[in-house]
Amino acid sequence: MSEWYNVVVIGAGPGGYVAAIRAAQLGLKTACVEANGYEGGLGGTCLNWGCIPAKALLESAALAQTVKSQGAEFGVRPIDVEYDMSAAVDRSRAISEKLTNGIGYLFKKNGVESVFGHGRLTAERDVVVDPTEPGGEARILDARHVIVATGAVMKTFPGFELDGEKVIGSREALELRELPQRMVVVGAGFVGVEFADVFSAFGVEVTVVEALDTLVPLEDPEIGKTLARSFKKRGMEIRTGAMVKALERASSPMVLTVESSKGEERIETDLVLMAVGRQPVTEGLGLEEAGVRVADGFILIDEYCRTSADTVYAVGDVAGQPMLAHKGSHEGIVAAEHIADANPHPVRYDNIPSVGYCHPEIASIGLSEPAAAEAGHEVKVGKFPLGAHGRALTAGHNEGFIKIVADAQYGEILGVHMIGHNVSELIAEAGVARMLEATLDEVAAHAHAHPSMAEAVMEAAFVTLGRAIHI
Amino acid sequence: MATKVVMAQLSPTMEEGKLIEWKISEGDPVAQGDIVAEIETDKANMDVEAMGAGVLRKIVVQEGATVPVGTLIGIIAEPDEDIESLLSEAEAEPAVVATEERPDAPEEATAPAETAVPDEAATTDEAAAGDETAEAAEEPSAVVPPLETGLEAESGRVRASPVARKMAAEKGIELGTIAGSGPGGRIVKADVEAAVAAPAPAGRAPSPGAIGVSEPPAEPRLRDERVEASQMRKAIARRLAESIGPVPHFYLTIEVDMGRALDMRSELNARADGFKIGVNDILLKTAAEALVRHPQVNASWDEDAIQFHGRVDLGIAVAVDGGLITPVLRNADRKGLRRISLESADLIERARARKLLPEEYQGATFSVSNLGMFGIDEFTAVINPPEAAILAVGMTQEKPVVEGGEITVRRRMRVTMSCDHRVVDGAIGSAYLATLKEMLENPLAMVL
Repeated sequence: MSEWYNVVVIGAGPGGYVAAIRAAQLGLKTACVEANGYEGGLGGTCLNWGCIPAKALLESAALAQTVKSQGAEFGVRPIDVEYDMSAAVDRSRAISEKLTNGIGYLFKKNGVESVFGHGRLTAERDVVVDPTEPGGEARILDARHVIVATGAVMKTFPGFELDGEKVIGSREALELRELPQRMVVVGAGFVGVEFADVFSAFGVEVTVVEALDTLVPLEDPEIGKTLARSFKKRGMEIRTGAMVKALERASSPMVLTVESSKGEERIETDLVLMAVGRQPVTEGLGLEEAGVRVADGFILIDEYCRTSADTVYAVGDVAGQPMLAHKGSHEGIVAAEHIADANPHPVRYDNIPSVGYCHPEIASIGLSEPAAAEAGHEVKVGKFPLGAHGRALTAGHNEGFIKIVADAQYGEILGVHMIGHNVSELIAEAGVARMLEATLDEVAAHAHAHPSMAEAVMEAAFVTLGRAIHI
Repeated sequence: MATKVVMAQLSPTMEEGKLIEWKISEGDPVAQGDIVAEIETDKANMDVEAMGAGVLRKIVVQEGATVPVGTLIGIIAEPDEDIESLLSEAEAEPAVVATEERPDAPEEATAPAETAVPDEAATTDEAAAGDETAEAAEEPSAVVPPLETGLEAESGRVRASPVARKMAAEKGIELGTIAGSGPGGRIVKADVEAAVAAPAPAGRAPSPGAIGVSEPPAEPRLRDERVEASQMRKAIARRLAESIGPVPHFYLTIEVDMGRALDMRSELNARADGFKIGVNDILLKTAAEALVRHPQVNASWDEDAIQFHGRVDLGIAVAVDGGLITPVLRNADRKGLRRISLESADLIERARARKLLPEEYQGATFSVSNLGMFGIDEFTAVINPPEAAILAVGMTQEKPVVEGGEITVRRRMRVTMSCDHRVVDGAIGSAYLATLKEMLENPLAMVL
C-alpha cells in the first residue's frame, strides 16, 4: 500500500531540505527522501562536503596567513607557530556534523518525514524509494507534488580521473590531513581558488591552472587580475590561459603537462586537485518516464521552478546555473509556496549574488559592465578602491575595490562587483537595493556606519554619481 | 514577545474574511502552531494558527465580524506583558469594520480607489525624499486599503520604488493611476514601463459593482428578510456576473443514448474492488477525451488572443452547504477510469467538508456540472471564466424513442454545453458534442 503526501522532496541538500521545511510550515504533508551517498546525507553537499566545511578551513587559513605574514606588524609576534591541518579538518568536520544534525531536528520540529533511500519518479509521478542497503524494501510514496533536488557531483575529464589519493576532488580535499609539498589546482572557479587559498596558507607550494584568461573567469576581469596579484604575492604560481594536457601519474613526483600561448610546460607535483566544475544528478531518477524535460544536463524549469511535467518541480543545482546553495534554498521556498499557493514570487535569476570566500573575498550581483551595455543601458561605472579605506586598513586588508555599474538615466543599480576584506557580507546591501529598485541616490543618501567596510559601498555610489569624498 | 494574530490572506482573491469562531478564550495558554480560530474566506473555511506562544491576551475582533486581510484580530503575549501599544495601534486602524455593523455598505466601498494623486507625490524625485514625504490627496472612503494600486488608503501616499518614481516623473505618468505589481501593490519599474507601453485605463478589473440579487417573490407566507451574503456567495456572485456580462454565451443541446455506457458501468463495478465507477466518472473521462480531439473547446479568450491549453484540467461543479465550488481534476485525459473515480471522490468529499487547498479548485480548463441527481432533465450552466465552455448534464431517464419506425424504450440523457462565442463557434461546439455522444454511445471505443 502506498502512502499519501502533498509534497515529496527528493534530496535533502540546501534546496531540498529548505523546500521540505517550508512546505510543511504551509500545512502540506511532506516527506524528504535522502540517500546517504558520496556527498549526501541530510544537508547535502553544502553542509557535508561543500560550503560549510570549506568555509571552516578557510577561517583556519585566514588565521594562519595573518599570523604568518602580519602577526609581527599587528604586535602579535608569533613564536614557534605550528600548522596542524588535521586539527583544522577536525574542527571543520565537527561544525559540519553539528549543522547536519540540526536538520534532523528542524525536520522533526516542522513535521517533515525523513525517508532514507534513493528516490525516483514513476510514470504516474509518484515516488519510489529504493533501499540503499541490500535486503531493504522499496517504498512507494503517493505524491501529489514532487520537488526534485538531487544536486550535482564533481566532474573531471579523461586522463584526470580521481583516484582519491594523488588526484583528488573537493570531497577528498576537505579531509586532507597529510599535506603534500606541492599541489596543482586545476580550475580557478570559486572552488579552485578557495582550496588554493587554504593549502597555500598551510604551507603547500600551490600552482593554479586555469584554461580561461583570468582567475574566477565568470567575474569582472578586474577581479580576477586583483586576485591573481594577491595570490602571487603569497607565493602561489598562477597559469591562466593554460590547458592541462597530460598527467604522468606513475612517476614520482607526478608530472603535469600544461599548454598555453607561451608553449608547453611540465610541472612537477605531488598532488592534483581537480576543480573543473560539477554536473547535475539526473541519472536514475525516472525523469523521462515522468515527462520531465532535461536540456544540457539540467532539468528545465520556469521562474516558479515548475518542470515540463505537471506536479513536478525542480530546484537547486539539478535545475540549472548558477550552482549555488543560496539559489537552491531560495528556489526551494518558491516551489513550496507555489505548491501551497501561498503568494509565491517568481525567482529573480538576475539578482542571485555570487560569492567566493578566498582571501581577499569576491562577491558580485547583477550585470557586468559589458552585459549592461549589451542589454541596451547607457551605463555609468564607479569604482572605489579599498587601498585608502579606513576600515580596510585597520583590518590589514587594503587590497581590492567595489565597483558599481549603474544606468545613467535613472541611476538604477544594474550590477555590483567587489573584491576585498569581508565583501561576502557587503553584497547583501547591493542585493536588497536591487530588489527594492533603489538607485544610486538612495544608497548614497543613507548614513553608513563609520568605520565599516559597508561605507565603501556608499563611497562607490558617490564615485558613480561623480561626487566622491575619499578619493 | 507579543505575537499578532491577523486575518491572513489565504487565497489570491481573498480581500476580507469572516471570523467564524475563536477556538480558545482570552487567558488560555497557546503554543506556536495551535489552532486559535476558524475563518471563512471567499472559498473555504480555514484554521488560523498561532505564530507565537504565550497566552491569548486579547480578542480584538469578535466572532461573526468580517474584516479586511491584514487586520489584527487577536494578541498572543506573556501573561504580564504590556500589549497597550499593540492595542492602540489596532484602534487607530480605520480598516477594522465589522460587516454586521456596517449599515448597507455597498460593495463599491471596498473597491480599489482610483483617486488621482496630485503631481507632487508622483514626481517626488529628490534623492532621500523617498516615500515618507509624499503627502498626497485625502482618501475619504478608507474602508479597505486597496491592494491593486500603489496608493495607500489611510495616508494617500504612493508606494513605489525609487526607479519607478524617477521613470514616472520623466515620462509624465501619475503614479496614483498605475497598478502596482510589487509586494502590497508597490509600483515597480515594470509597472511604469507597462503603463508607458500601453496608456490604458488604470487598474485591472473594474469594481465588481452591485450584484443584482432579485427580490424574493412576494408571497404572503414568506417574510422579507435581508441576509448578509457569505464570502463564498459574494465570490460566486462576482465571478458569475463577470462571466455572463462580458462573455457572449450560446447554448447547444444534444441527447445521448446511455444504454451501453450504463451496461459497461455495471460490468466494471461487478469486477471492481474497493471503488465504484459512477456515471459522472464516465462522463468526465469522455469529456476529457473529446477535449483532446477538439482543442478549440479546451481554450480561453485572452485579450485578443485565444489561449489553447496544453492540459486538460476538468472543473467538477460540486454543490456544498451554502454555495458551490469546482474542484479540479488535473490531467483528466491522461487518467484511467479507476483513478478518475478515486480522485474525484476524494475531491468532492473534501469540497463538501470545505477542506480543499486553493490549488485544488483553481485553474480548470473546462467544467462539468451535473444536476441529474436532482431530477433535472436539462439546464444551462454559466461559464466559469476564463474557461470557454461548460457542460450541463441532466438526468438519465427511460424514454420512448422511435427507431426504424418502431417505438422502443431507451435510457437517454440530455447534455447542454454553454460556449464562449469568442472562442467556440457553433460548428466547433457541435463537433465536440457529436464526439462526446459518439463515445458515450460506443464506450468500448474508449479502450482503443
